Amino acid sequence: MTTSRDESHDPMPFEEWDRPREAWLLSGDCRRPGQRSLLLEMTTRAVFPTVLVFSLYLLLVGHYGPGGGFSAGLVAGLAFVLRYIAGGSDDLGAVVRVRAPAVIGTGLVIALLTALAPVAWGAPVLSTTKLAVALPLLGRAELQTSVFLDVGVYVLIIGVVLDLLRALGTGIERDMRDAGEDA
Amino acid sequence: MTTILTLPVLLPMLGAAVTVLGSRWATLQRVVGVVVLSVVAVLAGVLLVVADERGPIVTELGGWPAPMGIALVADRLSALLLLVSTLVTLAVLVYAIDQRIADYGRGTASTTFHPMYLMLCAGVSLAYLTGDLFTLFVAFELMLTASYVLITRRTNASRIRAGMTYVTVSLLSSLLFLTAIALIYAATGTVNLADLAGRIGTLPSGLRSVLGLMLLVVFGIKAAIVPLHFWLPDSYPNAPGPVAALFAGLLTKVSFYALLRTQTLLFTRDEPWTLLLVLAVATMLVGALGGLVQNDLNRLLSFLLVSHIGFMLFGLAVFDAAGVAGAALYAAHHITVLATLFLVSGLITRRTGTVALDRMGGLARSAPWLAVLFAVPALTLAGMPPTAGFVAKLALLEAGAAAGVDTRIVAGVVILASLLTLYALVRVWVRVFWGKRRAPLPDEDDADEVVIGTARSSVPMYAATGGLVAVSLAIAVFAGPLTALTARAGADLVDPVSYRTAVLGARASR
Amino acid sequence: MTTMTTTMTMDPVTINMVMALTVGVLYAVGFTLLLSRSLMRVLIGVVVLGHGTNLLLQLAGGPPARPPIVGTAPPESFADPLPQALALTAIVITFALTTLLLALGYRAFVLVGHDEVQDDVEDRRIARQKVPSAPLEAGDGDEQDVESADDEVEAAAARGRDAAS
Repeated sequence: MTTSRDESHDPMPFEEWDRPREAWLLSGDCRRPGQRSLLLEMTTRAVFPTVLVFSLYLLLVGHYGPGGGFSAGLVAGLAFVLRYIAGGSDDLGAVVRVRAPAVIGTGLVIALLTALAPVAWGAPVLSTTKLAVALPLLGRAELQTSVFLDVGVYVLIIGVVLDLLRALGTGIERDMRDAGEDA
Repeated sequence: MTTILTLPVLLPMLGAAVTVLGSRWATLQRVVGVVVLSVVAVLAGVLLVVADERGPIVTELGGWPAPMGIALVADRLSALLLLVSTLVTLAVLVYAIDQRIADYGRGTASTTFHPMYLMLCAGVSLAYLTGDLFTLFVAFELMLTASYVLITRRTNASRIRAGMTYVTVSLLSSLLFLTAIALIYAATGTVNLADLAGRIGTLPSGLRSVLGLMLLVVFGIKAAIVPLHFWLPDSYPNAPGPVAALFAGLLTKVSFYALLRTQTLLFTRDEPWTLLLVLAVATMLVGALGGLVQNDLNRLLSFLLVSHIGFMLFGLAVFDAAGVAGAALYAAHHITVLATLFLVSGLITRRTGTVALDRMGGLARSAPWLAVLFAVPALTLAGMPPTAGFVAKLALLEAGAAAGVDTRIVAGVVILASLLTLYALVRVWVRVFWGKRRAPLPDEDDADEVVIGTARSSVPMYAATGGLVAVSLAIAVFAGPLTALTARAGADLVDPVSYRTAVLGARASR
Repeated sequence: MTTMTTTMTMDPVTINMVMALTVGVLYAVGFTLLLSRSLMRVLIGVVVLGHGTNLLLQLAGGPPARPPIVGTAPPESFADPLPQALALTAIVITFALTTLLLALGYRAFVLVGHDEVQDDVEDRRIARQKVPSAPLEAGDGDEQDVESADDEVEAAAARGRDAAS
């Protein structure tokens, strides 16, 4: 671990006794140690995948119960927000390597193609139908085609949240850093 | 045919998505934007022809029947305005693309400009085509949100100030719109316009007036009706040239279309609407007089824009088939004229380096083409024969003269306001094109979006402006068929039986 | 379903006084905040006003009832789903606009040093001048006055900017 290299020679000052010495998130020592919170990083490591899975559940259950693309996208987006708060922009950049506008564009394309697809079968735009497939072992699986629209919205909203984090989070941090250097 | 109806909305959205994805490839963005808008223009033409021959075209999204689901409707009025608007957006896009090429070089792509431009076009299409009040709200939000981004991109201090005013006022009117929708839904239990047309009539008259006035205030703010106009001359002049042209051409007219649609469909009346007559007089005079004292070219045009909203209001206020038809024709020609004037203003600014009229001069000699490009839309706006503006004003005056004493007085104000407009534009002409030639002023702020004082304007920028001039000339040349078309559209609006039957089918008789 | 809603909402007995008052208070607070110059307060005003509007949309759907999910309750006891869909859409839009206003306020803070909406300098200038700024004949006597008025207004604006930053 990079942060614990000089631990034996140079004991930590008393006021920094609670500074974490290990990397709990992906990208290691991503911000100044004094700003890190051990509790938050540990929690994030545990919660982040769980929240993402929960968002997928919300996405799929949306047609029959409370949920849907928008709320699922927001929940997934909140996971990234948590990641940003715990690990800072560097950690978020390490987790998400795609550009936010690309995510937004992909989501929009998926949603719009889903809206236009029924035309190929002679149905009105935005029509939905139920697909039923007999899967081996699992039995009969049903799929509402509106789920594709929800997937598009899901991706779109994640992209929007990532873009917000970029514009209002990382961007402001950068501005503050620049201002600090100027002063 | 019903699929075609959704494409003017879905294609620009798809184009926006593609331009976001391809935000590194500038050429792709340009091609997608121009192709999408060209296709939409063709589709709008098809819709206009079909709607004129066979009556309103309706599609129900997702196959859900009309009062429950969302219906898109294209009748003569909406198809005509959609066609004109798309031609304007296409020309302005070409102009904007070439301005960006001239200023930043061929390789610069933008993650925001093209997607937001196309989103705005999608919102405009949806606003024209929607058959339900809430979708109209969504369309306005789509359009306005894109416009917020376009007006505040690459901000400097003055644009931030203008953007703040614009965003805040628009947001307020949107929230009022939502409030009005909630009240209308609470009173009637539906948001479908055709369904509402049947149900609003059964409400107590007081409640009906309140709902009608709320919608008047909402669209009055968005369409800049005096006394709700104050935000417009403050914000539009600060936008970059093409964006100002887009806003001036489209946004207020879409709001006026919404006003026209809701008032004629939901709150029908048999005689001229005195309140709206008064507002029309105020709007015409305040706008024209305000324009007279301006020294900033774009502010002057913005005030004239406000003034001419009053002309359309007058047509609506007469509230018979002829008046509404005149308003529709006026809106169609006004979209092209204002966009052209703002584009020309952009060209002038690029040449002179300033928007201040008292610092320009002698452009007639140094840029004769620019003088022609300015003169035609200026004469059109002032309503000189034989331009499109004359045809449209004549339709309004005829309607006003036939409707009664009040409207005859207001028709007099229409002539007065036209003369004031002419005077203001003659002032611009004398200041800008005559007099001694002056050296262009240097660009004060290099980091700004608008590069001025360089006189670098590419041929396509002139061509796009010239194309819009051609559209407004075409309106004058085809004045006969167009007047007949808008007369049929006006008859539809005043007696919306065909609209209701097309949307609701047999359920319309309820 | 629409007829059911109509009868429910037209019935004066079902008006919920507490909710109506809450909507009223939210609107009052929202409009008051909108009137201020600071964009941050305007933003909060928009958010509060948006909540009030969404609540009003909910109220338009009638009194509380079961969630309108098929199979969970008999259809007669369902709440009207349409206002909920409308409110959800409105929430999404308010969410987007809130973030936009936040970004705008931040830009204003970076560029101008504060987030207050300034006066329109050109407007003030024209309001103070005595004659039209661009008379047709150039060089008549009033131009001096206009120039000096210009200078005054610009100086005042500059002072305002200095005081603010």
